[in-house]
Amino acid sequence: MNSRERAIAGALIVAMFGSLGFVAAYATGGDRLYEGIALAAAFGGLCATAIGWAFWIVPDEQVADAIEEYPSPPEVRGALAGELRTDLREVSRPRALVRLLYVAAGCVVAALLVPIRSLGPNDQGRLFHTRWKRGDRLVREDGSAVRAADLNVGSIVTVFPEGWLGDAQSQAALIRVPSDTPGTAQGYLAYSRVCTHAGCPVALYRASAKQLLCPCHQSVFDVLRDGAVVSGPADHALPRLPIEVAADGTLRALGDFPVPVGPGFWERA
Amino acid sequence: MIERLVLWFDDRLGAAPFLRHALRKAFPDHWSFMLGEINLYAFIVLVATGTFLAFFFDPNASEIAYHGPYALLDGEMVSRAYASALDLSFKVDGGLLIRQIHHWAALVFVAGIVVHMGRVFFTGAFRKPREINWVVGMMLFMLAMLAGFTGYSLPDDLLSGTGLRIADSVLLSVPVVGTWASMLIFGGIFPTARMIPRLFFTHVFILPALIAAAIAVHLAILWRQKHSQFPGPGRTERNVVGSPMFPRYALKSIGLMLAVACVLAALGALVQINPIWIWGPYHPWQVLSPAQPDWYVGWIEGALRLGPPLAIHLWGHTVPSPFWAGVLLPLLLFAVVLPWPWIEAALSGDRAPHQLLNVPRDVPVRTAFGVAIFVLALGLTLAGSDDVAARYTHVPVTDFTRFYQYFCLLGPPIAFGIAYAVASELRAKGGVHKAKRVRLRRNARGGFDAEELT
Repeated sequence: MNSRERAIAGALIVAMFGSLGFVAAYATGGDRLYEGIALAAAFGGLCATAIGWAFWIVPDEQVADAIEEYPSPPEVRGALAGELRTDLREVSRPRALVRLLYVAAGCVVAALLVPIRSLGPNDQGRLFHTRWKRGDRLVREDGSAVRAADLNVGSIVTVFPEGWLGDAQSQAALIRVPSDTPGTAQGYLAYSRVCTHAGCPVALYRASAKQLLCPCHQSVFDVLRDGAVVSGPADHALPRLPIEVAADGTLRALGDFPVPVGPGFWERA
Repeated sequence: MIERLVLWFDDRLGAAPFLRHALRKAFPDHWSFMLGEINLYAFIVLVATGTFLAFFFDPNASEIAYHGPYALLDGEMVSRAYASALDLSFKVDGGLLIRQIHHWAALVFVAGIVVHMGRVFFTGAFRKPREINWVVGMMLFMLAMLAGFTGYSLPDDLLSGTGLRIADSVLLSVPVVGTWASMLIFGGIFPTARMIPRLFFTHVFILPALIAAAIAVHLAILWRQKHSQFPGPGRTERNVVGSPMFPRYALKSIGLMLAVACVLAALGALVQINPIWIWGPYHPWQVLSPAQPDWYVGWIEGALRLGPPLAIHLWGHTVPSPFWAGVLLPLLLFAVVLPWPWIEAALSGDRAPHQLLNVPRDVPVRTAFGVAIFVLALGLTLAGSDDVAARYTHVPVTDFTRFYQYFCLLGPPIAFGIAYAVASELRAKGGVHKAKRVRLRRNARGGFDAEELT
């Protein structure tokens, strides 16, 4: 055995030990790390073997193939074109029938496409309206209703309409600002949390600047200017949920968002 | 033994002439010709590991309370899909390794396709007669991206759910048919209980079948047309010179397959990927920050971040901002790159068949165009992680966005100009020439004599 053959033998032994190690790692609890390293050693040993064999043992020879399969000789091409022309002329002689055939084939294809409709309801109404309605209490993720005394200035909480916990389209951010801020319900404002750019939850709040941020594509919305876009790729303001502080001290919706929530779509004005 | 087997087949199929020819078929030797094979072997690893995973994954959106080895999530309400993804990672012996190898193989699969496409593009291997395989290759690229996206969307974790929400918004932005397409694909308003089973079927059946079929076509055409080659002694436009298929080329290729398997196994063992237990289950009101998709979706994610905040309102209808970056830009790119063989033939007037490849400097316009597309894709991909960059540099993310907007607008034309100038000059000089080494020797007159070294 010369030195190259010894090297290949070594690689094969590595592959054998790698496989053994893999079985051992699997049998003794299956640690991902040891299993994978052993597997890599098994493959690596075989890889080195194949490469070594290709370069050291197999003779290095060059062969040349001529390209002759294509294009076909001119006489064959000409014959094919001629036959095709004749056949097509004969087949398509009844002109009116050919036209009718195209229409009929189109009808069949169109009919076969119709069942695609079953894939989903055209639930467009729900793109325009959420579950919020007048008098709904604003409840947290855990189902508890928010009361006017609950939040400190600068804080924010995710709310849903009562009975619709976790509803993706209805999720709203309830923000507490100083009570004397004009246009707020005793210092409370609520905005849709569905970003008007690509629908991610607008989950970040910078209390100092009173801005809502979307972590996906960094659209920034101004809480004190009706959710207007400050920067980023969003093309329209965050819809604001009309709310009030009810007589019992809880926060309640005065109705649905005035405009559709979330990203734009064709049917939206 | 083998001899008798071959003769057995020849008795029944008359395979001897074909086999004789096939075993001696010439495959030219160049490292860059092996790039495409990496993808073939990554795909084999994907099918093997994916089959294993499919036996354990439960594509079911209904919610249960999680109880399992990952104690931090104990009692959390999660979908059965997410719970089964955790279980196949933590409960199934060898499951986590297989899952990590599968995900790494997906990243390598798409990366290999991109690099292979670059080789084919910059050497002009797509020219007549190989235009069909350029188009089949582009199809494979798109199918691979889709397969990757549907795959990492399956576990119903927080990262994947957010990605699906963004994909749905991009779909919604398409004029006229957007809302219809969104509801037909997701089976209603996002998020729906139908989407995980649909993604699963698409990911484990439709896309692999299409990819396997496209690979078969790709290889059959390659076999028929024979491989292209770089110019060299004895090589012409009507032949191909290289190692014989058997034994040398086959051994090299098997070696490459084992190398791919070895690297993927090592990555799966050593480098954690997509730890869905850290992301947590998907709830539509939760989100991760910073968050990045798999690398091959990064360019669309970046385009969405850089896109203009522009909606067009027409006759009571809206074309919203994600349309420009998420739909129009990718469509425009594919509309130029997909028919590039014909665009180049029209520009250059060269419609002859080619067997000999170009060195990139040979065709400055093509090379410059390719570099410009690369710079654009690079800028968009980097923009897709500008929030990570902002976090580590403490530069406001809006500054990064502004920078990448300029980079993606000005970078490609500048890169085109530079690449064109460099390629033209190299072509004029006939390639890169190393400076000659000389030895200076003081002569008797006090001057210097230069003596060339070899």
